[in-house]
Amino acid sequence: MAGAKKKRLRLSKIYSFACGKKSMKNEELPPVGGAGFSRMVYCNEPDCFEAGIHNYPQNYVSTTKYNVATFVPKSLFEQFRRVANFYFLVTGILSFTPLAPFTAVSAIIPLIIVIIATMVKEGLEDLRRHQQDSEVNNRAVLVHQQNGVFNNTEWKNLKVGDIVKVEKDKFFPADLLLLSSSYDDAICYVETMNLDGETNLKLKQALEITSSLNDDSNFRDFKASLKCEDPNPSLYTFVGSMEYEEQQYSLSPQQILLRDSKLRNTEYIYGAVIFTGHDTKVMQNATAPPSKRSRIERKMDKIIYVLFFCLFMMAFIGSIIFGVKTKDDLKNGRMTRWYLRPDDISILFDPNYAALAAIFHFLTALMLYNYFIPISLYVSIEVVKLLQTLFINRDIHMYYEEADKPARARTSNLNEELGQVDTILSDKTGTLTCNSMEFVKCSIAGTAYGHGVTEVERAAAGRRNGKPSVQANTNGMNHIDNLVDSESPIKGFNFKDGRVMNGKWVNEPHVDVIQKFFRLLAVCHTALPDVDENTGKITYEAESPDEAAFVIAAREFGFEFYKRTQTSISVLEFDPRTGNKVERTYELLSVLEFNSARKRMSVIVRDEEGKILVLCKGADSVMFDRIGKNGKEFEQETRDHVNVYADAGLRTLILAYRELDEDKYKELNKKFNEAKNSISADRDILIEAAADKIERDLILLGATAVEDKLQDGVPECINKLAQAGIKIWVLTGDKMETAINIGFACSLLRQGMKQIIINLESPEIQALEKSGDQDAITKASKESVLRQITVGKFQLIPSSGSSETFALIIDGKSLAYALEDDMKNLFLELALGCASVICCRSSPKQKALVTRLVKIGTGKTTLGIGDGANDVGMLQEADIGIGISGAEGMQAVMSSDVAIAQFRYLERLLLVHGHWCYRRLTSMICYFFFKNIAFGFTLFLYEAYASFSGQPAYNDWLLSIYSLLFTSLPVMSMGIFEQDVSARYCLKFPQLYQEGVKDVLFSWRRILGWMFNGFLCATIIFFGCNKALEHQAFNKEGFTVGRDIIGATMYTCVVWVVNMQMGLAISYFTLLQHIAAWGSIALWYIFIIIYGSLSPTTSTNTYQIFTEALAPAASYWLVTILVPITALIPYFTYAAIQRQFFPREHEIIQRLRAEEKSNGIANDPEYINNMVR
Amino acid sequence: MNTKGATSSGGNDGNPSDSASPPPSKKNSKRPKYSRFTQQELPACKPILTPGWVITAFTVVGILFIPIGLVCLFASERVVEIVYQYEADCVPADYSNNVLAYIQSSDTNKTCTRTLTVPKYMKNPVFIYYQLDNFYQNHRRYVKSRSDTQLRSKAGEREIKNCPPEGTTKSGDPIVPCGLIAWSLFNDTYGFSLENEVLNVSKKNIAWKSDQEHKFGSDVYPKNFQSGGLIGGAKLNSSIPLSEQEDLIVWMRTAALPTFRKLYGKIEKELQANENITVVIQNNYNTYSFGGGKKLVLSTTGWIGGKNDFLGIAYLTVGGLCLFLAISFILVYVVKPRPLGDPSYLSWNRNPSGHLN
Repeated sequence: MAGAKKKRLRLSKIYSFACGKKSMKNEELPPVGGAGFSRMVYCNEPDCFEAGIHNYPQNYVSTTKYNVATFVPKSLFEQFRRVANFYFLVTGILSFTPLAPFTAVSAIIPLIIVIIATMVKEGLEDLRRHQQDSEVNNRAVLVHQQNGVFNNTEWKNLKVGDIVKVEKDKFFPADLLLLSSSYDDAICYVETMNLDGETNLKLKQALEITSSLNDDSNFRDFKASLKCEDPNPSLYTFVGSMEYEEQQYSLSPQQILLRDSKLRNTEYIYGAVIFTGHDTKVMQNATAPPSKRSRIERKMDKIIYVLFFCLFMMAFIGSIIFGVKTKDDLKNGRMTRWYLRPDDISILFDPNYAALAAIFHFLTALMLYNYFIPISLYVSIEVVKLLQTLFINRDIHMYYEEADKPARARTSNLNEELGQVDTILSDKTGTLTCNSMEFVKCSIAGTAYGHGVTEVERAAAGRRNGKPSVQANTNGMNHIDNLVDSESPIKGFNFKDGRVMNGKWVNEPHVDVIQKFFRLLAVCHTALPDVDENTGKITYEAESPDEAAFVIAAREFGFEFYKRTQTSISVLEFDPRTGNKVERTYELLSVLEFNSARKRMSVIVRDEEGKILVLCKGADSVMFDRIGKNGKEFEQETRDHVNVYADAGLRTLILAYRELDEDKYKELNKKFNEAKNSISADRDILIEAAADKIERDLILLGATAVEDKLQDGVPECINKLAQAGIKIWVLTGDKMETAINIGFACSLLRQGMKQIIINLESPEIQALEKSGDQDAITKASKESVLRQITVGKFQLIPSSGSSETFALIIDGKSLAYALEDDMKNLFLELALGCASVICCRSSPKQKALVTRLVKIGTGKTTLGIGDGANDVGMLQEADIGIGISGAEGMQAVMSSDVAIAQFRYLERLLLVHGHWCYRRLTSMICYFFFKNIAFGFTLFLYEAYASFSGQPAYNDWLLSIYSLLFTSLPVMSMGIFEQDVSARYCLKFPQLYQEGVKDVLFSWRRILGWMFNGFLCATIIFFGCNKALEHQAFNKEGFTVGRDIIGATMYTCVVWVVNMQMGLAISYFTLLQHIAAWGSIALWYIFIIIYGSLSPTTSTNTYQIFTEALAPAASYWLVTILVPITALIPYFTYAAIQRQFFPREHEIIQRLRAEEKSNGIANDPEYINNMVR
Repeated sequence: MNTKGATSSGGNDGNPSDSASPPPSKKNSKRPKYSRFTQQELPACKPILTPGWVITAFTVVGILFIPIGLVCLFASERVVEIVYQYEADCVPADYSNNVLAYIQSSDTNKTCTRTLTVPKYMKNPVFIYYQLDNFYQNHRRYVKSRSDTQLRSKAGEREIKNCPPEGTTKSGDPIVPCGLIAWSLFNDTYGFSLENEVLNVSKKNIAWKSDQEHKFGSDVYPKNFQSGGLIGGAKLNSSIPLSEQEDLIVWMRTAALPTFRKLYGKIEKELQANENITVVIQNNYNTYSFGGGKKLVLSTTGWIGGKNDFLGIAYLTVGGLCLFLAISFILVYVVKPRPLGDPSYLSWNRNPSGHLN
């Protein structure tokens, strides 16, 4: 309690009018008492009868897909929604009828195994979600039991109406009504990062009436009842009223604390639970994320349809021939094939009903040829993707040490999509930048201070040296060097200049100006100091990172702001005369808030000598006009410096001040207060005018330059991605100047580029806006945007031959018009013609719309990357959403598909993991189809020799375990381990990435080529075996071959061919692949020996087949050498010719690597540059 | 990545002093553990299809296959084979327009005597086969029409699920062996004599041992066999157990293709070149209904089995093709050599406008 007492300041008073107003603004009050306004909450009596009837949900939150009861039916249903699985289900059921060409058990077991495997995977995933849920559900919170006693209770046990006490830095367990806090005026600070991604603290304030309830014992007899809106997803509205001590009080969002936001800077609060569990606003917001399927999978479905078509064709052809042959069995009442007894036969073969028999046969054939459809494809893909995800999650190169965050692929569906990204749509703040401002430079009294080198300058220097790749490679090291250089880096301060640091500024000319400059930094802000009681260190809570940077800078210069009361600001100042630190307290008279229209803020203070000062800082565009005649001493120099800073990608502010005498102040303050207290509609205009009067005739002090520090490695990463042919669009809420600066900083924009800027800043439109005629504004704006787009397009045309590149910069207002249906295609064409696109001042909705436009307009894969809640729409709309998990905000991460800690990891994620996953999965799918066709088609060919009666060539069990036992491991090892080129080469040759973008590895040509190879192999195997073994004696004992021997021989050949084919197709053999391939072949021999040694009841016609018949016969071995090698020759020849004469990129690079290895020139930078250029 | 050096030194996990700014709680660090598996750096061989490899592979296959082919061909050539197609020959001229009446009548004389000349010395044993054409032993209905249980043991006598219409007699007694396969047992017989001296045909060891020992029971005797209205093929001696009925066992192992040979017996005597063998054929089996051929085959065997040049020719062809391809590749390589991994072939180097930024 003692700690709390100290803090009992009426802090809310500092925020003259801005804070309260800000949150009021967002409200659009729904009609009170309308529908959806029925909730009753009885505070502090959660167990009373009335609360019981409402039966509000528990605070238990579940995000799992299934529960114990629904798991089996629901997951089965999910699985059989897939066409292939449904087909297998149907054939599985049919296999219990006499139609089946094989025994039912052998047909159904693979399906069962596949289904169970998938269900186990689903179950495990859901279990993990359940564990996460239960972690949250079991967090503890203090809940009022009775008689003013608060006990720890688990979150899940909270009930509506409970009174809870939440302590500092804890999350709110449910949506609460704020009753009181450790502050006297019942305010508290809330961080809503998890909800909207905003990092600044929000101020909440309880109703005056409850603010005194700030002790546990107060709640002994507290009773109140609440009427409020029904659960809804709107975060910024709340309508309700409270009845307390027989008085009605209306409630606003200002009193509502939302679940998943965090209490900050406040010791504790008391609150009443209003919404629990799934009723809370954050859960109401959690819509099921759109399920995304990758391009490859969608195409794979098409291929499966192609295979179905093949299957139906084969079955159809077979049925017709079968029907004709069956009809012939009975000619004029005489049996032809008498040994089939067509006179006394089941309907399936009845010559009298040949057509019907043919139809039944069709069903049989569908079952028989089911090997065309790879049953284990889906489950194999899922297992492979799961492992690929593991590789992404475990990649040590994507682990961010500082935040202790590894990459996290949240869905395994989209791994391969990462290898096909054509356009990246990126957020700026927090994504490209750290969202932490650093004070780097300043210009005081016309002198520029600060030697720091910004990212932009570094990038420019890098370009001049012409060795960006080398620089990129050493980037990781640079970062470490930087850390070592500055002994103790201070967050937000990266200023290096001996002339002003460590109190040396007293020796500079214009020492008085410098002093005023620093003092202004220390005083003119709305930050709060936070003194760590143990170390005495001061940290600041500021509304924006910029402000924090200023206060920190002031502290570093020797002007330590340490205390703030409602009426004063205390600063520990360095006195140039005495050289000592002196405490100075400034009486805070008024704060003129910052807003985006004013682009400046001021404070009015009275210093210890009684002078009244107006301290003002603001954007150069507004500030220079406000400098008085006698304040222009350094204007020219400052302007020059500001321009230099802007070019260096820095955010600049101009600092100026003004002294007022008492009378003048009184006069101005009176006007200002009148304006503030007016309740007319033009209150804002009046305030604006009053403030304008105060902030004029200023005296220029200088300018600051703050760097919105780019994340490490962003320019290099963007460079690499650009080299990889990926287009990058930046969609930011920032203003145009900042966006352009950052564009330069991260090498998205370059000096040589021609900028096409589309905005609505033209004088005519501004004039129209003043007039307020909405229709006219819309019309004029639209025309203007259309004109600008058309002009832009004209600029593009002549340049198509020249090397000039373009950058498109468009602001949010124009974007709104450009995204309208009639203009969006034109806009897209223009945008696609430009190398870089930056959309500034874009709303979350616009981000999503732009994403959709690109996605649908180009038909290519888009990737959205962002960190805040405002990016959620974009992330969900894009084919792949990447969340930056750098800061604490989880909203973007929760709706992303992959979360990474830093933008620069995108390079590795796409160029290495994406490329590999794409390659692995496409190869795997192609190979899957190959192996199933190679097997399935032999069955069809055999049918041709068995009058299409539906008798399979192989033993039942051999048929059913083909996919599971002998060919699944190699194909999975291919999907898991295959690497065309190593990670190093993927990064060295980013252009390789285009293979995925152009989808060369999954083109119909390649797929059909593999299928053709399957047909070819099957044909060679079938005819090779049958011609070689035909009808002559098979061994020295004179025995001839039967169905059993031919079947087993063909099967041996198929197993060899598909496994050896994999060996030819991959280019990366680890021990595991050897084991998989050779093991599968060995397994076949082991299997046939074991299976053959079982009793003849089980093994039927494979009884002792290998030991007795095959192994001792020379011809078996000769055939199984000849046929597989022959079957591989076509592919081998094709591959040899293609690689020699039409090599693909990765093949050339493979050779490069081999050559480098043999010549030992891998590390020659000159050589590498030649490669890349 | 050049950062590899930095990370791999940091990768020696468990060493808390390695990192410049250790995260506050090292114990709960989420840093992925380094392993070559998870980092995908497993040692691997990365073969590339270089011209050298291609040429070597083709040459090796060629050099191996041609001798194998020659050996196979030679072995096949050494096998002596006499094939006599008799289904048309053995029908008397007056029945040639009505073969079905001839074959289905029990009154006609089915005996047919012919003389075959031995082309070359035939080492004993000489195997006797019958070959049927266009006979679908692999028809699904036919293949399934048997009862393995019944064949194996007396106890399974009534297991006739798949056998109808040859499962039971009219009175409902089970037929042993049941089913269409047994019912249609081949019933032509051959007798051989060499210059009036009868050549003994051994019917022993013409079936697979595993069939005799494990699939056909020694306590199972034919019962009610071929007693129904429609007689299919051969009758069986009901006093001999099935395991001794080798003709049946051979027949029951169904052929893979519609043209097949089955072992009829062995002549344990060697035959000299130009000897004339008189064959007495009992032409009982009806292949005429479905237009199938019947052949009598006398053949010796070699290590490769019977006479079939396909294997040898295939080996030679494939071997020759490989050598040809090897030579073609060598020639191409000489005419148009091409350095390994020439970067100028990379598409972004070939096509300057394709170079982005």
